[in-house]
Amino acid sequence: MENGGKRGNHFFRENRGFFFILPWLFGFILFKGYPFLSSLFYSFTDFHLFEGIHRIGLQNYQEIFRNKKILAAFATTFRYAFMTVPLKLCFALFVAYILNFQLKGVKLFRTAYYIPSILGGSVAISVLWKAIFKDNGIINLFLSFFGVQGPNWLANKGTALFIICLLRVWQFGSSMVIFLVALKSVSPDLYEAASLDGAGKWRQFFSITVPLITPVIFYNLVTQLVQAFQEFNGPYIITQGGPRGATTLVSLLIYNNAFKKYEMGMASAEAWVLFLILLLFTLILQRSQKHWVYYSDEEV
Amino acid sequence: MTRERRRGLSALLKYLLLILVGFVMLYPLLWMVGASFKTNSEIFSGIGLLPKQPSLQGYRDAMSGYGGDINIWQAMLNTYKIVIPKVVFTLLSCTVTAYGFARFHFKGRNFLFLLLMSTLFLPNVVLNVPQFILFNKWGWIDHPLYLPMIAPTLFAQDTYFVFMLIQFLRNVPKELDEAAKIDGCSPLGTLWHVIVPVLKPALVSCALFQFMWSNNDFMGPLLYVSSPSRYPAAIFVKMSMDADAGFSWNRILALSLISILPSLIIFFLAQDQFIDGVTAGSVKG
Repeated sequence: MENGGKRGNHFFRENRGFFFILPWLFGFILFKGYPFLSSLFYSFTDFHLFEGIHRIGLQNYQEIFRNKKILAAFATTFRYAFMTVPLKLCFALFVAYILNFQLKGVKLFRTAYYIPSILGGSVAISVLWKAIFKDNGIINLFLSFFGVQGPNWLANKGTALFIICLLRVWQFGSSMVIFLVALKSVSPDLYEAASLDGAGKWRQFFSITVPLITPVIFYNLVTQLVQAFQEFNGPYIITQGGPRGATTLVSLLIYNNAFKKYEMGMASAEAWVLFLILLLFTLILQRSQKHWVYYSDEEV
Repeated sequence: MTRERRRGLSALLKYLLLILVGFVMLYPLLWMVGASFKTNSEIFSGIGLLPKQPSLQGYRDAMSGYGGDINIWQAMLNTYKIVIPKVVFTLLSCTVTAYGFARFHFKGRNFLFLLLMSTLFLPNVVLNVPQFILFNKWGWIDHPLYLPMIAPTLFAQDTYFVFMLIQFLRNVPKELDEAAKIDGCSPLGTLWHVIVPVLKPALVSCALFQFMWSNNDFMGPLLYVSSPSRYPAAIFVKMSMDADAGFSWNRILALSLISILPSLIIFFLAQDQFIDGVTAGSVKG
């Protein structure tokens, strides 16, 4: 008896760290693990919130690959992500590169550029975006000074998605700050050696700077891509997915299916297809790392 | 051209570029402030920042509400009924979780850590539908205490913050804990007297980001709040935009501005911590 008690006590002591993470584990099972698995199950059913649930096998998935509207939403999401992420990251890197020259007042600029990242996710900024790009909004007022009659940006099938994309590119500040720290860690000696060898500024940028900060480029690429694929607020608030579906991203489609039509089964299947696409992209990027991401010894 | 002049010219060019970019970036925000003081007929008649005849009409209308049991002040109050508990609970639960993962070895630790990290990349879009079904079953939809938004923070479910704190703790020497242990501190005592003080800068960053993100959160209240009297500012502003677009823009812009004012003030008071926070845990935006 006594021995057992002691062993119990010993076990308790060895594993007491477990008690600190127990709340997290409980929450994980309740709020993430169980919902995650249950949504996979729902995706094989015709679950309607008020009309019950039947197993229907792969029908939802077949519908996704057959329905032109759903396929169009996936195509739009791809277009959106592949437009937003490169634009945002290139811009962030470019501005960080200029800020990295030892200029006075860098802090002031850094703060100014960061403000949109703080506020950009809010509804207020989406409202502002609508005021800027509506048919008689400030962009078109500005253009009319030059005698140019701007299009109705948000009601035009060709431009609406790009305006939503601009809203996210405008928030390049957080990526920029991460780039800036990486740029600071590149040793100035390297630039000096290169310029002695006659390499110009552009050459230095592409041959020294970019290779050395590839880990940070990789990090920004993955996080921004995951975010872009889930974009919801912009198109929901500014364009309601229109005009004629031009900004209907998959997240909007899922929202409409789940919370307007209460078709939880279909919405789950769409969410899983999006999830699998994201997973695939992340894995491809992970795999490709060894070909282009350079980890210096101390960073591994 | 001498070298010196060329250098001066290139610096000038860089400044011009930085100012131009900054101007384009901040112009919309400045315009918004100006426009909220313009009359409705003036707002879209020119792109100037300053109102020709400053008017408080937008703000007066913004205060008056749309009838029903909601106005902007109630909506702001509702927002902070969500934001403040979320910040407090996040700090508590994430510190305890990070401490457990960073400082202890126990059975299954590596596996659980892997689970934790994988949730960092788990997109919310797969969780929205099943979580809604779950909360609906529990009667949490339109809950007066906003449980669907707040309860997960009691259990450290914002992995990003746990990750940030673990990263920070990695750079804190373990000798500190051991010294406390020798002095007779229990693990809980060590957490409170040793770890929390060291973690302070990271905790400030966590609090700031949770504050901003919860303030901006739109999807959460969109799904889980349905009575108008419980609307937070995010939903209220969206609603007023739908109601007013086309005729009363000064009112909408005034409302929008009021709704982001607390975030702006906090940002200006704590800008350095924000920037440090972005880079400390490596971040999203």
